[in-house]
Amino acid sequence: MREKIALALLFAAAVALPLIMRALDLPGGTGVATSILCLAFAASSLNLILGHGGMISFGHAAYYGIGAYTVGILWEHFRQQEPIFGLIPGTDQLLITLPAAMLTAGLAAAVIGALSLRTSGVQFIMITLAFAQMLFFLFVGLKAYGGDDGMTIRRRNAVPGLDLRDVDQLYWLVLGLLCAWLFLQWRIVGSRFGRVLEGIRQNERRMRAIGISPYPYKLAAFVIAGMGAGAAGALMANYMRFVSPDIMSWQKSGEIMVVVILGGIGTLLGPVLGAIALQGLEFFLGGITEHWAIILGPILVLVVLFGRGGIMALIRRLLGVRHG
Amino acid sequence: MALLAEQLLNGLQLGVMLFLLAAGLTLVFGIMGVINLAHGSLYMVGAFGAAVTAQVTGSWWLALLGGLLAAGVTGLLMELVVLRRLYARDHLDQVLATFGLILFFNQLMVLLFGRQPRFVALPAWFTGSVEIIPGVPYPSYRLLIIAVGLAVAAGLYVLIQRTRVGMLVRAGATHREMVRALGVDIRLLYTLVFGLGALLAGLAGIMAGPVFNVQIGMGEQILIQTFVVVVIGGIGSVRGALFGALLVGVVDTLLRGFVPGLLRGLLDASQADALGAALSSMGVYVLMALVLLIKPRGIFPAHA
Amino acid sequence: MVEPILKVSGLVKRFGGLTATDNLSLDVRPGEIHALIGPNGAGKSTLIGQLVGEITPDAGSVMFLGHDVTRASVPARVKLGLGRSFQIVQLLDEETALANVALAVQAHAGHSFRFWRRADADERLLAPARALLDQVDFPPARRAARVADMSAGERKVLELAMVLAGGPRLLLLDEPMAGLGAGESIRMTDTLRALKGGPAMLLVEHDMEAVFALADRITVLVYGRAIATGTAEEIRANPAVQEAYLAEEGA
Repeated sequence: MREKIALALLFAAAVALPLIMRALDLPGGTGVATSILCLAFAASSLNLILGHGGMISFGHAAYYGIGAYTVGILWEHFRQQEPIFGLIPGTDQLLITLPAAMLTAGLAAAVIGALSLRTSGVQFIMITLAFAQMLFFLFVGLKAYGGDDGMTIRRRNAVPGLDLRDVDQLYWLVLGLLCAWLFLQWRIVGSRFGRVLEGIRQNERRMRAIGISPYPYKLAAFVIAGMGAGAAGALMANYMRFVSPDIMSWQKSGEIMVVVILGGIGTLLGPVLGAIALQGLEFFLGGITEHWAIILGPILVLVVLFGRGGIMALIRRLLGVRHG
Repeated sequence: MALLAEQLLNGLQLGVMLFLLAAGLTLVFGIMGVINLAHGSLYMVGAFGAAVTAQVTGSWWLALLGGLLAAGVTGLLMELVVLRRLYARDHLDQVLATFGLILFFNQLMVLLFGRQPRFVALPAWFTGSVEIIPGVPYPSYRLLIIAVGLAVAAGLYVLIQRTRVGMLVRAGATHREMVRALGVDIRLLYTLVFGLGALLAGLAGIMAGPVFNVQIGMGEQILIQTFVVVVIGGIGSVRGALFGALLVGVVDTLLRGFVPGLLRGLLDASQADALGAALSSMGVYVLMALVLLIKPRGIFPAHA
Repeated sequence: MVEPILKVSGLVKRFGGLTATDNLSLDVRPGEIHALIGPNGAGKSTLIGQLVGEITPDAGSVMFLGHDVTRASVPARVKLGLGRSFQIVQLLDEETALANVALAVQAHAGHSFRFWRRADADERLLAPARALLDQVDFPPARRAARVADMSAGERKVLELAMVLAGGPRLLLLDEPMAGLGAGESIRMTDTLRALKGGPAMLLVEHDMEAVFALADRITVLVYGRAIATGTAEEIRANPAVQEAYLAEEGA
């Protein structure tokens, strides 16, 4: 019951945030919140395979980046009125670019996952990192799309009935899509598929012994997670109106992973709280010193060493909710 | 022909640098079971230590000492304060905690020495070049790196194959429980191995100074390549690290040397150079993916 | 002559210089309990590994219900009706007893690519799971306990329920009595006896009392070879068996 009230309050606060920001005369706040939601979206998608499937993917930023670049590249071809490879016309319609981003990221995840999931343990961590690095360097080399410097998307995508140039509307859109994603993930985790995924995380040998081959289930989860990250990247590109290879750097993959752990691995809202906490921490420490990373680094170490379960575990303890 | 010979030597030089880092990384992983992303930070600390000592004292020997000391002390502190607590943890915790260490060390170097890259002058006796292959003059400093790297490889071989400590290290990489059962002071062995790894990483950083610039983030660039080396070679295997390092060094260098040229036949020059650079950067990762798909545990897997 | 359920012919597995399975042949008939005994290091675990599909033999064949499964994967054999328990129980430690069995029921019910409906309240999974827990006499009061909080005996019984969820034609039981107290051992023996007439069983066990109480036939394994197969009486009287066991006790 307490959990439900807390959830309702959190949701109400999230919906009202642009109004609160305006009342407090903090015009930049809604934008910052939008970027936090995008990061939370990406982290939540990683949580599906990391927290529920036990797959330590160290290259999740690749799919985030592919989603962002899909929006950027479609915009670029739309602007120049020149189809991609003379076949696919560019577009600035979010109703097309968002599914396209998810599809492209999902395809990339299908190929990379199919190969990577043949390994396990450290080799899996490193091969997912290696594939992400390949994509990173590929986009660094694609001069047509800005190469190292990245590309600017001069105008946000169009959505019928909305005007995304208005930051408040963009924020609500991202919030709505994130909630839809979280609801979807909640259903997946509770479904038969989700039970199998949990079983694989806890004991792969046991799952084989009841007749389940882990590989296809892991791959399916890997692809779903890739699609989620792709959607998050597409939204991030719209918010930033800019995309560069940095979005798929290995540091970004590390950051997304940190968000998951900080918030609470394997929990529904953990990645959201983790994203808020990480951005908040950077903002707060940045106010103290320009060398904020020198404090953030040790905080991370401490969270890993002593903060089992992250923020969600802390909140559960404070609310007196027993972990089930 | 001369160009190929020169590129092969460059590849060899990159290879031995990677080996110095990979040897420590693979031993630490093989024996303690820890993925240490901050291994690259030791390389950076060694490079900064040497660069600053050289600037202050003007002596190359003192710079060598300063770099080794900086890397060694940092390594021991790192083991004592953080890594020791990670031995029993899962890989995810190790990745995250050492990721935090990278943030810390990078910013620490900014705080101490600023963001400007530092150039390190070559020692006077190594500014020239030598014709070891007739018609191919090659910088003598790079030859020194190759020589030092190969000497370290030989030294490690003797240490691991011929001494009691080496016996424990070998046993530790394959039968961790057995070493514990032998009643060996495992803490001391761990600290020794970690210290050795730190010194080798520092040495690589010191030698890298005059070739590349000494700057923030230099550790991560080479760290990821080092991981490629370790995974290709087989985690825990020093022999695999040597083999993987030379393979990655040569393949990377040859791709960088020749791919842009080949692409120029197809594209205009600036596009060819950019795409060529990108494709050759991707090369070693493609190599690693191929190796893992054929041999999922690397070429010389240490754990049976 | 009844067609055997499991037929192992000329199986060989070498690890370096060591021959762990040495030209071994063996069969299990429908409905029988066939015990596999042997001194430590006789190669029982290696044989089990090859029968379930975790180890690939160097030579020979494993036929199960008329299918050649020598190189089939673990899940493929399980789907054909091969159930196995582990020497060291393998369970989902964070889940309850009921959830563990429900997942095994789900695995047997077909593929699990169903992403929407909640599985933890699905009576189609829970009802059979409860029935299986009844069948092995798992105490109802402990069904909501997490595996991590269970005793060794509870875990063994729970694992048996999971194996039975697959509707097995053959049970490979790898030391079901290991780690059990005297009372728990007797209860496990009773539970296994109650299953008799259902699936055939290949029982690897050190507890000779249980073996002689349950087994229709016994095969003795020494240094990877089957040195004798027969009824309990025949095995007791066999001089080669006595020698192998006396040698072990003397050492």
